[in-house]
Amino acid sequence: MATQLTTQDVAKVAALARLELSADEQERMKYQLNDILDQFLSLQELDTQDVEPTSHSLPMRNVFREDAARPSLPREAATRNAPEKRDGNFIVPQIVDA
Amino acid sequence: MSKYESVVGMECHAELLTESKMFCGCANDFGGASNTRTCPVCLGLPGSLPVPNRTAVELVVKASLALNCEISRDCLFARKNYFYPDLPKGYQISQYENPIGQNGWLDITIDDGSTKRIHIRRVHLEEDTGKLVHAGGNESEIDYNRSGVPLMEIVTEFPPDITSPAEAKAYIEKLRAILVYLGVSDGKMEEGHLRAEPNVSVRLEGADVYGTKTELKNLNSFRAVERGIAYELDRQADMLDHGIVVRQETMGWNDASGKTYHMRFKEEEQEYRYFPEPDLIPLHFDDADIERWRSELPELPDAKRERFIAEYDLRPYDAEVLTGSRAVADYFEAASKSGADAKAVANYVTGDLMRLVNASGGDITDVKIAPDQLGALLKLRDSGKITNTIAKSVLEEMFATGKDAQQIIDARGISVVSDEGALTTEIDKVLSANTDVVAKIKAGNDKSIGFLVGQVMKATKGQARPDLVNKLLKERIGS
Repeated sequence: MATQLTTQDVAKVAALARLELSADEQERMKYQLNDILDQFLSLQELDTQDVEPTSHSLPMRNVFREDAARPSLPREAATRNAPEKRDGNFIVPQIVDA
Repeated sequence: MSKYESVVGMECHAELLTESKMFCGCANDFGGASNTRTCPVCLGLPGSLPVPNRTAVELVVKASLALNCEISRDCLFARKNYFYPDLPKGYQISQYENPIGQNGWLDITIDDGSTKRIHIRRVHLEEDTGKLVHAGGNESEIDYNRSGVPLMEIVTEFPPDITSPAEAKAYIEKLRAILVYLGVSDGKMEEGHLRAEPNVSVRLEGADVYGTKTELKNLNSFRAVERGIAYELDRQADMLDHGIVVRQETMGWNDASGKTYHMRFKEEEQEYRYFPEPDLIPLHFDDADIERWRSELPELPDAKRERFIAEYDLRPYDAEVLTGSRAVADYFEAASKSGADAKAVANYVTGDLMRLVNASGGDITDVKIAPDQLGALLKLRDSGKITNTIAKSVLEEMFATGKDAQQIIDARGISVVSDEGALTTEIDKVLSANTDVVAKIKAGNDKSIGFLVGQVMKATKGQARPDLVNKLLKERIGS
């Protein structure tokens, strides 16, 4: 058994992700997340001593684009789906610093 | 302050001089109407995918090399997750483990002329954010033109080497010079293209733990860096003197009032939940790439300063001033190549010319006087055709009009009065008007002769050669 996530852990992760979970949902997530962690435990049994860490699943590296500018979206298109806009700007609620 | 030690760490950001943004082809430009340089990638629209800019990566490797860093052979981009609408994706693409450059340093020159090494912990590549403008009421306006512009972050080592506001200023000046030499950044602090965010703390002299630090923002010039840190160090020392606990907070700098102000507390360390960016392929640099880039580095400020001292026999201080800016150094060197005496050129560039440039509010690249025109002016002076006083006034006219020195001299009808007969007439007038001074000189007060030289120079509108005037005066007084 891996270290078990508590309901408090779930609440914290949810808060960081800006998710609002009911008490029931927190309980359910706790079990599901613990099940997932248990799955990883079985991977821990493998000997990975000589295996390089994998950060990406594709056997590729150094994929670049050349530094050249191309046309951007027209402003009307860029802001088309904005819930609120004014003078070509997106409008959002002011974020008040704590 | 004396019983406290100051500790300053520096976190600096530089927007890279690329044509296009970091992960998309929108132009990397300044100004213009808001939201006119955006696309699905830098707006964070679903389904869009980033592709890194080759040139931006090269520029950061080169900057890392110039800052004496080790280059990580294998690098990843990472997602830094946070919720703030300056980036619409909900995360910033940055680097976490294995930044491109690590464990570097740069040397600063401190007040007594000695050098001090400032260690650099990391140099990494990330994307800049959009600009939020608080529009009044409860609203903010967002312009995403800057969102996704390639941004380099340079962080000094901990524990920090910098222990005073002056050292912090010297550090950002040297960093800026290096980045501008490399063509990595335009170094414009006042426009936010180069940003310095110092973190500052004080502790009792000899204490073995560090004090709580505050972070400073909105420092838009070298001077603001120095003043802001000085103010903040004093503020913290004063708090400690009064038994007030310093809290971890972000402070803004108000340049007009000369004070810092509270922006927000940072007591809870943000949890950014970094993880490798799954949309981007890892970077790998091999030795050949790194050595090729190293060989492409231009001569950097320290090397140029040493060469100027050796090659042109300049004083270390002048060499330091000239090489503080690549454009100034290039100007000096071009003017010297025109055949004028290098020391004379150095004096004019760091002195009269720089004063005119500063007064005009521009920089050396705006100067209408071509380097060889300055050289020609100094050759006229050094050959004795005009005096230094005249040369300075001609320089002012050249600065205003861009005309050649010879052209101005001809138009003004200036020439050096080296005709002894003409000079003697002026000298006799001065002598008869100043019999009291003459008496003093005869009584042994040699210094008073300087006054008489000045009077003759004035009478000849600066066109006489001072050494000749001096000689003739002495002859006539018979001293």
